[in-house]
Amino acid sequence: MKSNSLLNIALVGNPNTGKTSLFNQLTGLNQKVGNYPGITVDKKQGKCKISEHLTAEITDLPGTYSINPTTLDETIVLETLLNEKNDSFPDIVIVVAEVENLKRNLFLFSQIKDLQFPAILVINMSDQMVRKGISIDIDALKKELKSEIVLISARKNIGIDDLRKVIENYKKWNTEPVANISDKIDSVFFEAIETAFPEFSLYKSWLLITQQKNCNFLSNELQRKITEFNKDNEKIKKYQHKETVYRYQIINEILKKTYKVDKNEATDLRSKLDRILTHRLFGYIIFFGILLLIFQSIFAWASYPMDLIDGFFANLSELAKTNLPKGTFTDLIAEGVIPGVGGVVIFLPQIAILFMFIATLEETGYMSRVVFLMDKIMRKFGMSGKSIIPLISGTACAIPAIMASRNISDWKERLITILVTPFITCSARLPIYTILIALIIPDKHILGIFNLQGLTLMGLYLLGFAAAISSAILLHYVLKIKTQSLFVIEMPNYKLPSFKNVFYEVVEKTKAFILGAGKIILALSIVLWFLASNGPSKFENAEEFVTAQESTNNISEKVLNKKIASYRLEHSYIGNMGKIIEPVIKPMGYDWKIGIALISSFAAREVFIGALATIYNVESEGEDVGTIKERMASEVNPKTGGKRFDFATGMSLLLFYALAMQCIGTLAIVKRETKSWKWPILQLTGMSALAYIVSIITYNILS
Amino acid sequence: MGDTIANLLIGEIGIIQDFCLEAIPLNLLEMGCLPGKEVRLLQIAPLKDPLYIKVNGSHLAIRIETAKQINITKLL
Repeated sequence: MKSNSLLNIALVGNPNTGKTSLFNQLTGLNQKVGNYPGITVDKKQGKCKISEHLTAEITDLPGTYSINPTTLDETIVLETLLNEKNDSFPDIVIVVAEVENLKRNLFLFSQIKDLQFPAILVINMSDQMVRKGISIDIDALKKELKSEIVLISARKNIGIDDLRKVIENYKKWNTEPVANISDKIDSVFFEAIETAFPEFSLYKSWLLITQQKNCNFLSNELQRKITEFNKDNEKIKKYQHKETVYRYQIINEILKKTYKVDKNEATDLRSKLDRILTHRLFGYIIFFGILLLIFQSIFAWASYPMDLIDGFFANLSELAKTNLPKGTFTDLIAEGVIPGVGGVVIFLPQIAILFMFIATLEETGYMSRVVFLMDKIMRKFGMSGKSIIPLISGTACAIPAIMASRNISDWKERLITILVTPFITCSARLPIYTILIALIIPDKHILGIFNLQGLTLMGLYLLGFAAAISSAILLHYVLKIKTQSLFVIEMPNYKLPSFKNVFYEVVEKTKAFILGAGKIILALSIVLWFLASNGPSKFENAEEFVTAQESTNNISEKVLNKKIASYRLEHSYIGNMGKIIEPVIKPMGYDWKIGIALISSFAAREVFIGALATIYNVESEGEDVGTIKERMASEVNPKTGGKRFDFATGMSLLLFYALAMQCIGTLAIVKRETKSWKWPILQLTGMSALAYIVSIITYNILS
Repeated sequence: MGDTIANLLIGEIGIIQDFCLEAIPLNLLEMGCLPGKEVRLLQIAPLKDPLYIKVNGSHLAIRIETAKQINITKLL
């Protein structure tokens, strides 16, 4: 329900201040994730009851150190606060600060104040003041900042009710600015600005002038007016610098009067942990240990819920088939929609577990140390230390992984990360790997401990990683994008992760996956179902033809039905497509049946096995891997008389799936994140060409 | 030749003198890395880059090419 009586609150603050904790405390499970128009950055909103008569809609804006953005995420903050036409334009702003870094937090607060929003300063982690020897004269600080201030401890749920009470009276808040930038920098220049934009606060006009390229919501006339002021780039930069210096001057003066720290700082824990976690040897050992733990859990733990989900959707499909009246609609539901939804839901356990780890590592402050450790190495490949998070996430699914690249501020580093992430072995490749490896690699041990099949699987993971790294190096040299390094990361204090925050983060990420990728996978599954269940005349007459052909043979109805299904698929649109591409895929060692499976799996790789199951007319319902494996093993290659899935064809297929861009969801996300078709098309052609060539070479060497 | 943050040894402290505005990202200034401020080198990443510094109450990691642009005087 969207109504005007709702109070719009924007929640802003530096990263690591506990902003998200406060958001979760205020809104509970009353949250939704939406999209900002035109861009894909998730918009986290939630309802919160302030008092009997007042309900607020709180928007949790991405963490930022300043209103001047350096990353895509931070641009959102700028736009939300400057564009009064956006849905979330705030009536009031809550600025979350942290007791220990108050100085830097006040920098952002002073900017918000100067925009003349009714703003409140919320100082979080106040429960740690005593331990850290910090004392704040709140009343004096209130006076100096001309603002309301509330002390809270979001994780311990202290002060939240006080905050609600203060918000209730938001109409009485002081909206005077705290910094008078005009006098201190260039009063003539700023007075001219004030005259030119009487409708805005001075600071808003100044932001529009300095951030014009980040404000795409302005009218043409306004754009023109702004351009008159920002022609001299050097001057703007100089004034921004002066502004920053001036703001810190004011803040330092205010804090001198109101903020005291007993110098017996308890920073021991930080330096001790840092020494171990960023150690030149132990640092890497610990990091790789954690990686191993993550992978282990993705495979071991996630397989149980995944099997359950798989079984559930197979049963559901069967249920729909037997209980709904026969017809096209039922077929659509049972063979298109339900497996389509199942194909999306099956990935949730792995994605949830992965993001549970990533959220935990970020919460503790450890992730910044990983970025610190890996930055130099990743830069050799044209990426940033921050690329580690997308690359790890890619082992579950490339889609949330690519979205995680947003906080890389350097465009070239971000682009390369986006382009190479799909090489990382995602969970959709696993079912294909598992079945093909079982077919062509003997279940033997070498050296007593290493299982040959396990080693092959590991080899494929390493191959994906190597492909990502080598294409990154290639792109690093080929892409001529000039950027200036904006790499600055905060090394936050270590803290214990909050279960609540991790939980909400996991919910949010999985939701984003379902809404982003799920829709596309589902839609394409339906299209493929249509192509597989319709066809030209031969398809229409399948039943009569097969029945006539088999009339002399004494076969059961069940076998007959399977033969009809198989004949149908062969003559469906998709079957025809498989035959058309046969000449192209022949050099890779495939026939038109595998071709059908290749086309079918373009939406989502794991469809490959299901498609083969239908073609080889075995039961495709349920987790009947044993059956499909046996059937594939007994399939004969008519030319050679040997096995269809021999070592050469199997390896060729494995390598094809390791390298090819068989995922339309990823392409769609890349298009949205790079705002251009150029990059997904490059990705598709580049990866497919590589996969094609490698598969041909492999097949010809091995056969 | 003056010193820059890149010349600090671990544990050493310097006072920021000046820097070329063009070469320094605005967000670094906004996080408190400004002339007159004390900067302490806490740690160097294993491959000599990035640097882990404390400046104006903030703990930050910056790349060496940024560090080289920030002139300092060492405190003894």
